[in-house]
Formats: sequence, C-alpha cells, structure tokens
Amino acid sequence: MTIIDPTDAVPAPRPGDAEKTGPLLEVRDLHVEFKTREGVVRAVNGVNYSVNSGETLAVLGESGSGKSVTAQAIMGILDMPPASIPKGEIRFYGQDMLKMSAEERRKLRGARIAMIFQDALSSLNPVLSVGFQLGEMFRVHQGLSRKEAKAKAIELMDRVKIPAAAARVNDYPHQFSGGMRQRIMIAMALALEPDLIIADEPTTALDVTVQAQVMDLLAELQREYRMGLILITHDLGVVADVADKIAVMYAGRIVETAPVHELYKRPAHPYTRGLLDSIPRLDQKGRELYAIKGLPPNLLKVPSGCAFNPRCEKAQDICRTERPLLVPVTERDGTELPGRASACHFWKETIHG
Amino acid sequence: MAELTKADEPTDATPNVSEVDVADVHSEEEAVAALDAHVDRGEPILQVRNLVKHFPLTQGIVIKRQIGAVKAVDGISFDLYQGETLGIVGESGCGKSTVAKLLMNLEQATAGEIFYKGQDITKLSGKALKAVRRNIQMIFQDPYTSLNPRMTVGDIIGEPFDIHPEVAPKGDRRRKVQELLDVVGLNPEYINRYPHQFSGGQRQRIGIARGLALNPEVIICDEPVSALDVSVQAQVINLMEGLQDEFNLSYIFIAHDLSIVRHISDRVGVMYLGKMAEIGTDEQIYDHPTHPYTQALLSAVPVPDPDARDHRERIILTGDVPSPANPPSGCRFRTRCWKAQDKCAQEVPLLAVPERFKSSDSPAAHESACHFAEEKDVVHAG
Repeated sequence: MTIIDPTDAVPAPRPGDAEKTGPLLEVRDLHVEFKTREGVVRAVNGVNYSVNSGETLAVLGESGSGKSVTAQAIMGILDMPPASIPKGEIRFYGQDMLKMSAEERRKLRGARIAMIFQDALSSLNPVLSVGFQLGEMFRVHQGLSRKEAKAKAIELMDRVKIPAAAARVNDYPHQFSGGMRQRIMIAMALALEPDLIIADEPTTALDVTVQAQVMDLLAELQREYRMGLILITHDLGVVADVADKIAVMYAGRIVETAPVHELYKRPAHPYTRGLLDSIPRLDQKGRELYAIKGLPPNLLKVPSGCAFNPRCEKAQDICRTERPLLVPVTERDGTELPGRASACHFWKETIHG
Repeated sequence: MAELTKADEPTDATPNVSEVDVADVHSEEEAVAALDAHVDRGEPILQVRNLVKHFPLTQGIVIKRQIGAVKAVDGISFDLYQGETLGIVGESGCGKSTVAKLLMNLEQATAGEIFYKGQDITKLSGKALKAVRRNIQMIFQDPYTSLNPRMTVGDIIGEPFDIHPEVAPKGDRRRKVQELLDVVGLNPEYINRYPHQFSGGQRQRIGIARGLALNPEVIICDEPVSALDVSVQAQVINLMEGLQDEFNLSYIFIAHDLSIVRHISDRVGVMYLGKMAEIGTDEQIYDHPTHPYTQALLSAVPVPDPDARDHRERIILTGDVPSPANPPSGCRFRTRCWKAQDKCAQEVPLLAVPERFKSSDSPAAHESACHFAEEKDVVHAG
C-alpha cells in the first residue's frame, strides 16, 4: 500500500530542470465543450486541481461527470472538433500546456505524462505483437533500433511481473489474460519513466483478485519512480485503498476536495455523503441501502443553481437559483482544514450537523 | 488431451445436500399441475444436483473430432429455498453465468439434474417445460443490449404475454404492462417510448418489469447492477429487495461484487473453475470463511474505509485462473493456494462440513471444499 510521507511531497528535481518547483501538474479553471447537433455540451466547467510528485489524486465521479474528459484534456487527446477548450490552463511544472505547439506536446506525451486506459484489449493494437508496441515508445521517443527496443520491452515486461517475458515478447494481445494485458498497459505507460501517470479506471474491467494485483503493482512502481498519479474511478473502495487526496466531480464541476481520511469520515457535500451511504459494506450486513434519488443530469440541460439540487434532500430555494462556489471548509471554530473545500451552500450543516 | 470419458466425470457429490423429493407424475397434465403446487416459505423450490456442463472442443473441418472439453460447470449441487436469495460469486470464467443459463434451460446440461418443485426440468419438454419457463425468469446484466431497440417499452414488457397468453387476456395487456411499469418505479405513461430514451438504471427497471410479467416464482439475476452507476445501483438493489417481499420471489443473484452480494443474499455460494468452493449463510461466508479461495477473494475487495488499509491483511493471489479446458488435478485451486500440499493434487476435496468443525456449532461449521479448511477472518480490520 502506498503511504506517502508528506515531507517528501516536493518534486525531486530532474537534471536540467532547476526552475521546476511547485506542483507537478496544476489544472486551473478548465472548461471543455462539445458541439453536438442538440447543442453545446459543457462537459467540464471550471475544474481546478493539482498533483505533486509521488502523490495520488483520485478523481471520483459517475459516468458523465467529466472526469475522463478532464484527463483527456490533460493528455491532449481530445478530438477537436467536436471538443474545444474555451478557457483554462493546464500547467505542467508551471508551463501552460494549452499554449504549447502540437510538437512540444507530442514530446511530453508518453515521455513525461502517460496514460493507462480502462479497456486494455481495445487499447492495444491486435495485429502487432506486444513487444513491438512496447518498443515503439523507445523507437519513436529515443530513436533506438528495433533490436534495442525489443530488449527494453522485455525488461519492462519483467518490471511489471509478466512471467517468462522473453518468451512472450512476440505474443499478440489476445494471447494474454485481462490482468496481463493491463500489466502491459502499465508497462507501456512506464516505459519512459514519466513524471505523471493518469490512470482512467485501470481496474474496472478486472476481477477482484487481479484488481488487487494490479493496484499493488501500480502503487509499488509509483513509489519507486516517485511519480504523480491521477486515478480516475467510480469505485469508492479502490479510492480508499490508494488515494492521498480526492476530488469528487458532479456534472462537470468539482463539488468536494479532501484528503482521503477526512472525506470518508466527514463528507462536506450531500452528494459525497449520499455516495458513501449508498454502497453496501463487506464487513457488515446493512439494512436498506440509502439511495440518492433521481438520475445524473443531462449535460445539455444542467439544472440551474447547484446541479445536484433536484436529487438533494437538503435543497432550499437558494440551491435552485444560485450556484455554490467551491469554498474552503473549516472546523466549527474556524480552524482551517487543509485541502478541504466544498461546493455546497450548506456545507457547514453537512459536515458538522 | 484425453477424450472425455466416464472417468472424467466429477465425483464430488455433496453429501450434506438433502434428498430430493421427486414428484410422482405420469402424464404431461399431471406435470403441469404439479408445477403450480404451492411451496412453503423456507422449503426448497429449486434443487440442483451434480450439474455438469462441458462445451466440446473440436478439431478438423470436415471430420470433426472432439479433442477435449471446456469444463464450464463441473458438478455443482445446491438448494434454493422459497423466498430466499442465494448469491453466487466468483471470478470471470468460473461458470456462474453458465449455471444461470442451465437453470433457465437455455443450455442443455451435460449431466446432472435440476429439480423445480420435485421435477427434473432438464428432462421436461412440451407444455410442462413451457410452464417451468414461465415460473423461472431472468434479469440480464447489460440493460443496453438486452432490450430490443426497435420495440417500445410496452412491446418489450408485454412480449411474454404473447407466449403465455393464459397469464393476461388480450384486452387486458396494456393495463397489465402499465401496472408493471408502476411497480418498478417508472411512469406508466412511458409505455410507448423506446429503450434509447431511458438511462441505464431505468432500462434495468424495464428488464425487471419484463422478468416480473409472468408472475414467476424464481428470478435468476445475472450481474443485474454491475453496469450501473454507484448511485443508481442502490436504487435498483432496493427495488429488487422490495419486489421480493411483495411478490414472494426467490432470487439467484449472480455477481462479482462481493459487497452487493452480501447485502442482498441470505446464503452465498463461492464458485471457482466450475465447482462450488464454499457455501453457507452470508455470516458464515463473510465473517467465518474456511476455504482459502474465499479468504483471498474477500481480502482482495477494497473496503471503502481508508483507515482499514493499514490494518487489513491482504492475500494477493499469484497468477491467473487456470483454463477450464485443462483444470488442475485434485483441488482446482491448488495452483494458486498457499496451503497446497501433495494431497491437494491427488484428491478432489468434497464440498462438506470440514471434519474438524463437524461437532462444533460455530459459524465455521458450513460446507467448504478444502482438505485444510481453517477459519480466518479477513474482512474486519484490526
């Protein structure tokens, strides 16, 4: 399990990067829109978050909350058009990636920021051997020869604990099991030792026993390479196991941020509280589950005011008219709670009441 | 690989499973009548004995030779009691969905029996089979592919009435469908809408309404909530629990999410590579597991409590599930088991209450197919 000493949270300087201090990645007021026939879908509406080296940020949300779109914007793999980024900054070591040229971004992608996708079978090319696909990273980014790249690929497969790596390097994706394919995806993301890995639902398609293997491996490698990790998921169990801090998203906005222990103990947003109450527990037999009523909103017509108001039990008139901002959350006596914020008019009642 | 011979057939009878009270019927009419019999709460309604399903592996194009078999289900036995929920958990490929299809009679069993109210449904045909099918219904995993996109909701839910017109007379169907929509918490006015106009959770409600249409007694749910969002899962689970009480249903609830299975089930069976590894009440399985596979499975489930992560013991299994076409000899779990010894490779462990717990009345005394069964609490932290 990853337990990160907070004193280590300063990024280790890389050679030649003297000016790089502050957070590894910072997303500021990011907006993403999609133009569709039915109108403009505002998938991401002003998202802010940051990740440091060696830190794990979990982005939690249901389908349609904008968590994957944010990640794709960071990677620069959104299809534009139909998508566009009207506003916002994505700072990697302080430099705004949205202002970089396509060539500059291409050099960062894979080498410094890598992504692990959910569905390993459809993310790997079925007609190329895994060794060739792994080696591609070295051939393209480092200009290695085919032979050298293959040797590196074997090394990587060993790193992610694929048994008999040398014998399997020429195998094709369909010859591997789901867990092994996900390891190959991880190996591919790790190939050039990036500073930041974005994992989009990396274990959703896997069985629990394999999920535990893969999450353990990811945590171990993250510790070893001191990478920042953005883990995108809807699984509150996985988040509790590995995250340092959490950002909860709803309808394209962050509704709550908190360090992991705090969030589970005292949620400060009714949506987070509802989510926590609605999951059955393994270690106790509960009575009837609490269910958040209604459905996640259609992004073409997000409710006015707080997007969660039609599903919220505590909603008042102000929730229907005024959109709550993400404000810092404090103790009853006004003591600051570092890292905590909530976008609810009634966060005080939610956390303390 | 050797040809499939009689000797390959599983021998792990389950000694603790009660005798089946086979119904004494001689004609089709009697069989149909027997299927309408009332079963008291807590009495067995569905009894599965040594159920086997092997899918043949063939070689050659013109002259096909069988070169082996995928042993998807390899001798499992269990009872389902009236009014209860039996959860079946296991990793992908363990045969849990094949069990569902066999219970629905959608696949022909290779061997073994499934008794519904004392009649072996694998041997029924004609009217009697049709009557069984009316009483055992299914809810599918994926609400996106299990509803025909060209049919309206009314047609989808009403289609079972075309096959079983005795349940609802023709003029009455529309009202009946609207009633069903209301029961599952959808607006009855949605009857003329198409599936694409609904969200995932609403579609699963349509699937549930279709399953309820013929007033079945048993519903087999194959991963009914795994495709849904967390906040919607709870709604559907609550709905299913409510319907069970209202219509006196018995559920077989197949899922890979162990937390949800615990929540909804009265008893739980753990499957591994076509065999039942352990079966018992939810408390016996979750709080007092004795089979190493169950222990590993439970310890791998992430618990939504960050404080637990430092205290919980985790058993990380190595490797993958072996191929069901060529399962390990003896105990099937031995290749990944940390307790495995020579005995495990030679002798198939029977699903029975382990010898050491036989005389005790502790919750550890439940059926577990392990030579070295040992109680271990892996779920509770600290």
